[in-house]
Amino acid sequence: MKSLKFLIPLALFFVLAWFLARGLNLDPREVPSPLIGKPAPAFALTRLDDAAATIQRDDLKGKVWILNVWASWCVSCREEHPLLVEFARRKSVPIYGLNYKDKRPDGMAWLARMGNPYEASLFDSDGRVGIDFGVYGVPETFVIDKQGVVRLKHTGPLTPDVLQTKIEPLIRQLNG
Amino acid sequence: MAKWIALLLAACLSWPVLANEAAPAVADPVLEARMLSITSELRCLVCQNQTIADSHAELADDLRRQVREMLVRGDTDKQIIDYMTARYGDFVLYRPPVKATTWLLWFGPGLLLVGGLAALALVLRQRSRMSPDRFEPDELDIADEIAQR
Repeated sequence: MKSLKFLIPLALFFVLAWFLARGLNLDPREVPSPLIGKPAPAFALTRLDDAAATIQRDDLKGKVWILNVWASWCVSCREEHPLLVEFARRKSVPIYGLNYKDKRPDGMAWLARMGNPYEASLFDSDGRVGIDFGVYGVPETFVIDKQGVVRLKHTGPLTPDVLQTKIEPLIRQLNG
Repeated sequence: MAKWIALLLAACLSWPVLANEAAPAVADPVLEARMLSITSELRCLVCQNQTIADSHAELADDLRRQVREMLVRGDTDKQIIDYMTARYGDFVLYRPPVKATTWLLWFGPGLLLVGGLAALALVLRQRSRMSPDRFEPDELDIADEIAQR
């Protein structure tokens, strides 16, 4: 036993190295959302393309849907947008946009230029609904189930990997 | 040359005259003080090492406005903190709550200290029981020995 004592510092080193390596691989931007498993916050917002038409949370009950937070001033939204357009073409679930702290003409022009994957975009000019959804970094994407419960949140631009390994299986399961 | 310098100097010195008097930042200083005391306990999620009180991020601006409105409405500090954690999680709190998942965070340092002290006490006790010939002799003792020879 005594002969193995010299291994103690080595063992301590490995423990420390493991913690440090893990710390390096954690993303501090990925803040777990307290909304997961809770009902989506209530909202009633006008459509981006029609200031007279209102969409409320409960209008969307009974179907699985995706809420994608975007803005014309948001650079990373450009990055994920082609992916969303492509995803919307498959028509697996309706995607609603939350046009966050934007101006109507800017948002509409952006959609005209980049393609519009959204069933409708909700116009959240002062960002209050964004706050209710805990939005802190556009783009963000939520998956909401038939009962109106938030099931998944992704912060930052969507990637093909996130779509295929997280979002699509969840949607299949929720619709299944 | 001197004329130019004088002109430049005059231009520089006249600048403050053009500036407007700063408008008072807030209507109600008591409310603003409460808002600042609450938001300085909250982390800004955009620039994560700043408080919402300090940050210039737009989201922090919006959240300060939100806190102001809630205070005007008569909400308590606790209601406001609860409002924030319901949306952004415990991560917004600069003082995380004591609960099962944060025990290590709160009590870990104390545990390390107690463990370290225990290890130190153990080693010292062991050494005090060792016979003197297990240690290297003190240099002074060696000097004495040489002197006696």
